Amino acid sequence: MDFSNLTLITPSRIDSRWSREDIRGALRVRFSIGRNSYRVDPGLYKLGNPGKKAEVIVTANYKLSFDVVRKNLVGMDAWILVLETYGINVWCAAGKGTFGTDELIRQIKDSRLDLYVSNKRVIVPQLGGPGISGHKVKESSGFAVKFGPVRAEDLRDYLAGGLKKDQAMRSVRFDLKDRLILAPVEVVNSLRYLLYAMVIMVGISGISSHGYSLTDLWNEGVLAALYLILAYFTGAFLSPVLLPWLPFRHFGGKGMVAGFATFGIVALLSWSSNPPLYFAGWFLISGAISSFLAMNFTGASTYTSLSGVQKEMRLFVPLQIAFVVVGLVMIVVSKFV
Amino acid sequence: MNSQSYLRNVSTLTYDAAKCIGCSMCVEVCPHNVFIMTHKRAEIVEKDRCMECGACALNCKPGALSVKQGVGCASAVIWGFLKGTEPTCDCGAGKEASCC
Repeated sequence: MDFSNLTLITPSRIDSRWSREDIRGALRVRFSIGRNSYRVDPGLYKLGNPGKKAEVIVTANYKLSFDVVRKNLVGMDAWILVLETYGINVWCAAGKGTFGTDELIRQIKDSRLDLYVSNKRVIVPQLGGPGISGHKVKESSGFAVKFGPVRAEDLRDYLAGGLKKDQAMRSVRFDLKDRLILAPVEVVNSLRYLLYAMVIMVGISGISSHGYSLTDLWNEGVLAALYLILAYFTGAFLSPVLLPWLPFRHFGGKGMVAGFATFGIVALLSWSSNPPLYFAGWFLISGAISSFLAMNFTGASTYTSLSGVQKEMRLFVPLQIAFVVVGLVMIVVSKFV
Repeated sequence: MNSQSYLRNVSTLTYDAAKCIGCSMCVEVCPHNVFIMTHKRAEIVEKDRCMECGACALNCKPGALSVKQGVGCASAVIWGFLKGTEPTCDCGAGKEASCC
């Protein structure tokens, strides 16, 4: 008989406290530096000294997910079962299917979980729900799936309270704090587009009624770069942060209003010898850029649906394109009138 | 902020109350409190809060719920459009990369 596939994998022991390296790593990924390779090895881990009756907490192999779980279980004894999600957090991986039914069944079997625990159940983060079908896991592995709280910070209360969730533990939030954490990722991720836009807009600044002028390129170019940075930050940072207080349900609408507003204020403060048409052109472009970036924040938000995003994009993408084209024409024409 | 809701009347969530066995898994997995239990049956109380994550349908053993599962992400829609596929989180960089 071949026992080669029954080799016991001795679970690794981990500490629930964060080291300095863990803290530095968490800060780095928040600013989008090397976040796709911030991983732990999938498999079964021991936290403290878990016995046969200890609970099994399932998480993703994105190191920040893993670290947040262990940090919130300081001083407790538990098993942690890490699924291979290619370094992606639970919710996103569940949406993609990597944090999924098959992977959970595979890890339960590969780690020989049945040898370590007697209560035959695993606690899956609630946000793993889009990828994990509890009844299918049970049918295939014999382990029941209990969907735990949304946030790891509620894990301790959930475990202490006999695996009962109240409505707050079940609900996804999108508070100011969450948005302040997510907005920098958005700001850093789209920086290259800001750079492309700057090359184009600074280049256009050199166009003048007396041919291509390097003086204009410099004078107008600085202003163009500043306007672009303003629209960029309005769409990628300010709009996400002010989200609930901006008008419209469409993220593109919220971003457009914010883009118009911040450009309007700055234009009034920086009114120069340029004709109104020049400012009108920039007004449209600023609104379009901010609208586009705010629309991209739908991906970071916790309450937008695909059907909704498709609906708003059918409305706002043509509008954004039209505003950029018309705005560019206005800016160029303004140099000849 | 539990009351956050996105566009109205867009969710593809459907529910066949006749198939419900009252297990309340939908209440357990829904992160936006779309369901409540009344008289041992699930009831949709706030469909506009649904973000089409698909957790309820996937965990509804009798198949009383269905929803077109998807990510509410504009970048994903754009990448899907450019690559001629369904909306995808892959941002054009393959299985091992992610934008969210």
